Amino acid sequence: MYLTDEEKRILDGDKGEAARLALSILVDLGKLYGAETLMPVSQVHIDATLYMVDAGLQFAEKMASLGAKAAVPTSLNPSAIDLIRWKELRVPPEELIKHQRLASAYLTMQATPTWTCAPYQQGIVPRFGEQIAWGESNAIAFANSVIGARTNRYADLMDICAAIIGKVPKFGLHLKRNRKAKLLIELKGFTTPMFENEALYPLLGCVVGEIASDQVAAVSGIPSAVTFDNLKGFLAGAASSGAVALCHLVGITPEAQDVEMCFQGDRPKRVLQITPKMVADHEQRLQSAKDDNIDWITVGCPHYSPAEFTQLLRLVEGKRVHQSVAFWVFTSRTVYAWIKENSILKQLTDAGISVFTDGCPLQYPRKSWNFSAAMTDSAKFANYCYSQTGLPVIFGSLEDCVESAVTGKIQRRKSPWAGN
Amino acid sequence: MGRKLKARCVVRGVARGIVLASPHPISFWGGVDPKTGRVIDPHHDLFGQSVSSRVLAFPFGKGSSTGSLIMLELVRANKAPAAIVNVRTEPILATGPVVSKHFYEKEIPIVTLDEESFTLLETGKPATVNATEGYIILED
Repeated sequence: MYLTDEEKRILDGDKGEAARLALSILVDLGKLYGAETLMPVSQVHIDATLYMVDAGLQFAEKMASLGAKAAVPTSLNPSAIDLIRWKELRVPPEELIKHQRLASAYLTMQATPTWTCAPYQQGIVPRFGEQIAWGESNAIAFANSVIGARTNRYADLMDICAAIIGKVPKFGLHLKRNRKAKLLIELKGFTTPMFENEALYPLLGCVVGEIASDQVAAVSGIPSAVTFDNLKGFLAGAASSGAVALCHLVGITPEAQDVEMCFQGDRPKRVLQITPKMVADHEQRLQSAKDDNIDWITVGCPHYSPAEFTQLLRLVEGKRVHQSVAFWVFTSRTVYAWIKENSILKQLTDAGISVFTDGCPLQYPRKSWNFSAAMTDSAKFANYCYSQTGLPVIFGSLEDCVESAVTGKIQRRKSPWAGN
Repeated sequence: MGRKLKARCVVRGVARGIVLASPHPISFWGGVDPKTGRVIDPHHDLFGQSVSSRVLAFPFGKGSSTGSLIMLELVRANKAPAAIVNVRTEPILATGPVVSKHFYEKEIPIVTLDEESFTLLETGKPATVNATEGYIILED
């Protein structure tokens, strides 16, 4: 691997131990993937922000104590908990300290405390073609597929190294040739009422993720009127059921305005179809509750946007969450400040809904709550719910979630793709 | 003496252990308990078995980018596999062992085999993985 004189000096320790350690790791990984050089990135999104294991905390604290600073603008994925309203989230005080220590290590490195898994909706947002290093599967898929910025699926720890150096090995999706689609997925038999139902998109994403796995796929047939938040749900689903980093959405992805562009001038060699029945089958797999009782509704995976809050308020107006149900929304501090100022927050709180920032619903303090089943409008949450929380899960539209919250019983309206 | 297979080095190092092999991909995050090293994904054929000190063979990694953190924790807790054998190793899987080498000065060698050689690894048999020199010895 070719290294510049400056990079060689960093490896010799001229810029301190943190930079030496970070660059040694990047160079080793670069050699492994056949990168010829390192390349600069303009920004980093660190995924390793959620305290889960001591090794991660040791690594971040070691880097911070060695004086490491983010060399480029760096945003942060969620903490495991709401760092402000942790009492309301019933985080045991003895567990709080490690979450705070991890947060503090990143702030010492001068990262921006965005604490969100939807960094593309506020904060340090990249432009088309920008070379970036992002962690967090849904954010990676969104940056590549909707914005057209270029990032690999960066692993936890490698993201920290990239932030400290401001460079990554030049490989994978940073290079145009590797962004060429390997297969074309067509939507067949979908109707306007289906496309108008927002629950379609997360489910469709899951089906695409299973088919694409870790390959670059092109998907044709998604209407151009699809919303930003629909795409967010779609890609979070795709990146949680497969290792999707880039999915060309024909006519939506900037570098994929037509099928030919997805395949960089070639014809697709593999063409597959998704039918409404495949969506219905996947939806069925995300219904694991044993009866119709529900005590936990959680939305905001990825973190809710202003538009999603507005929609939630419209559905909740004049209603109240049943006393046996906890209804949680997770969002960023930025969006929280906005909905506080326009009083959406107060109306939701009055209806019995709790809004949390910074945290991740999959990491809630289990022992403090004793929930028996979870319901969500997020296919990503539904995919991970059982392995992370041990709870059965029900996926539904936001409307289903609200009706279930109000009655305390699972309410599911028949989806337009069911029975197809 | 056993059978010697040519392997491609992904992460350098030498280790010996009992083989734990699966034809299915593994996600370390949500799939392996970082405290015990046991496979906790109920849908995985290795469910309930410990990866600790094993020559862990699976075709490729899958799942969340947090997998690297789980691998580093396994190293910290002395529950890591002795070595990893893949058909292909993606960046997320390799990151844990690479960081471990620099941060904890502990090696988890990784090698890749072609698909046919990969199927020769049998659970329960001892094996030596020499990633540095590019071979595996399957003992009888």
